[in-house]
Amino acid sequence: MIWNEEYETLPREALEALQLKRLKAQVARVHETVPYYRKKMEDAGVTPGDIRTLADIRLLPFTTKEDLRKNYPFGLFTVPMEKVVRIHASSGTTGKPTVVGYTKRDIEMWAELMTRTLSAAGVHSGDIVHNAYGYGLFTGGLGAHYGAENLGAAVIPISGGNTRRQIQIMQDFGSTVLLATPSYALNIADAMADQGIDPATLRLRVGVFGAEPWSEAMREEIESRLKIKAIDIYGLSEVMGPGVAAECIEEQKGLHIMEDHFLPEIVDPDTFEPLGMGEKGELVFTTLTKEAFPVIRYRTKDISRLIPDVCSCGRTFYRIPKITGRTDDMLIIRGVNVFPSQIEEVIMGVEGVEPHYQIVVEREGSLDKIEVQVEVSEAIFSDEVKTLEKLGKKLQHEIKDLLGISCTIKLVEPKTIQRSEGKAKRVIDNRKLF
Amino acid sequence: MKVKQIAIFLENKSGRLADISHTLAENAINIRALSLADTADFGILRLVVNDTNKAQQVLKENGFTVGITEVLAVEVPDKPGALDSILQIVRKAGLNVEYMYAFTKKSGQSGMLLFRFDDQDAAVTVFQKAGCRLLSDDEVHAL
Repeated sequence: MIWNEEYETLPREALEALQLKRLKAQVARVHETVPYYRKKMEDAGVTPGDIRTLADIRLLPFTTKEDLRKNYPFGLFTVPMEKVVRIHASSGTTGKPTVVGYTKRDIEMWAELMTRTLSAAGVHSGDIVHNAYGYGLFTGGLGAHYGAENLGAAVIPISGGNTRRQIQIMQDFGSTVLLATPSYALNIADAMADQGIDPATLRLRVGVFGAEPWSEAMREEIESRLKIKAIDIYGLSEVMGPGVAAECIEEQKGLHIMEDHFLPEIVDPDTFEPLGMGEKGELVFTTLTKEAFPVIRYRTKDISRLIPDVCSCGRTFYRIPKITGRTDDMLIIRGVNVFPSQIEEVIMGVEGVEPHYQIVVEREGSLDKIEVQVEVSEAIFSDEVKTLEKLGKKLQHEIKDLLGISCTIKLVEPKTIQRSEGKAKRVIDNRKLF
Repeated sequence: MKVKQIAIFLENKSGRLADISHTLAENAINIRALSLADTADFGILRLVVNDTNKAQQVLKENGFTVGITEVLAVEVPDKPGALDSILQIVRKAGLNVEYMYAFTKKSGQSGMLLFRFDDQDAAVTVFQKAGCRLLSDDEVHAL
């Protein structure tokens, strides 16, 4: 169902007029209130008055995670703390976390966009929403929570972890919707299998998954194992959190960007030049309505492209295909670009192979060596050495065929690869490159 | 005519074999015969035990990947040339051995050869025609 018919189906011309109006106001406000942004604009020789058309956005400098770190914690906030009602932060596994703030109106807008997101996934009032996104500084838990409440659904704010109890509650409370990272959804499916619980006996109908890149093969796996529809959503705390873009249940083909609030661009990840419609590059967002923490041309490091065709669901917003890689996750193995999701696609394509895997990269001398660890489940185990070796060779061969890189396959015992309770760690890079 | 064997997947990590033996010991499971196939990266432990189902259950509970396969158990006298006489029969019949292992039932009296062939049923026929004694599952587990 379309939650906000008026905005989500705006004809392109009207949408662009709205975007331009909002962009001008946003740029002017940022210029006026944040010295850092003003200085960057001055250095680039651009003033807010130079923004006359949407295409003029390319005159503005980019914002990167580095800019956010330099202004840790509140340097890029545009409002005094009296106006801020919520603070979130990214995990900060590499350096300082990035901190974002929200005004009361920002929280309402976010709730609206998450409501649209859940509504597009077919969630409605009367649903029991099992929210296993982490609550806390991470935007996932609370972001989804407010949207589900605003929609009129009953939210179980269970957060991540304690999988046994999650399953117990799903059974007892009759959860109909699961919100989680895709890797945690698989973890739940595994735990159910271990406990001999048939997911078909649960009331779960749909899962809304995001916060990490996942492949189509993983979607199929989740759908068949949990007996649900799996919907992909997209967001990042720097731009807002979950609810920036969402798939519709009608098509499950591309995620609709909430274009009345976020202006997307695709740029060349090396030269940062804007790319043409449909071309693949780095996704860049400018927030059009955010108050406390707007971003101008924020480089997401996610690789995507824009799909301009109007979707059968009726939404006019541009779509992005399922995001399967970030420039951050991209491994360069002997000069070849590899995304973990490409390896995932191969692994899951082989009958019986568990969806748990880890990629270990080492450097021996001047050569990169990549090892893919795969768990040996009963479905693929054999008492004959040659059968297992054949399986390893098959995986090796298919990865070589598809990605052009040689790797070794290491078969490991079940449950030895760490299970995700949030974002899965797929790559261990032991190369000392810096 | 076929004997149930448990196979367990082992990563090459120190202590894993002891984890298995400990699990079996704690559950009072008696090992009748065993063999370990090793490669550079992993191993497969094959066991014939007194209680196959229980062993499978407790090993699975302890997180091991376990499979059950059938092998043929041929009884032979414990004397020089016994293995050879059986393998000559196997060769003549053109049977292909995937793997085998052997142990002595009672020193100086009899031994047992455990075989896995690519065609198990053909092997049964060959051994029966040759007058070899194939031990039943019950006989082996009750040893």
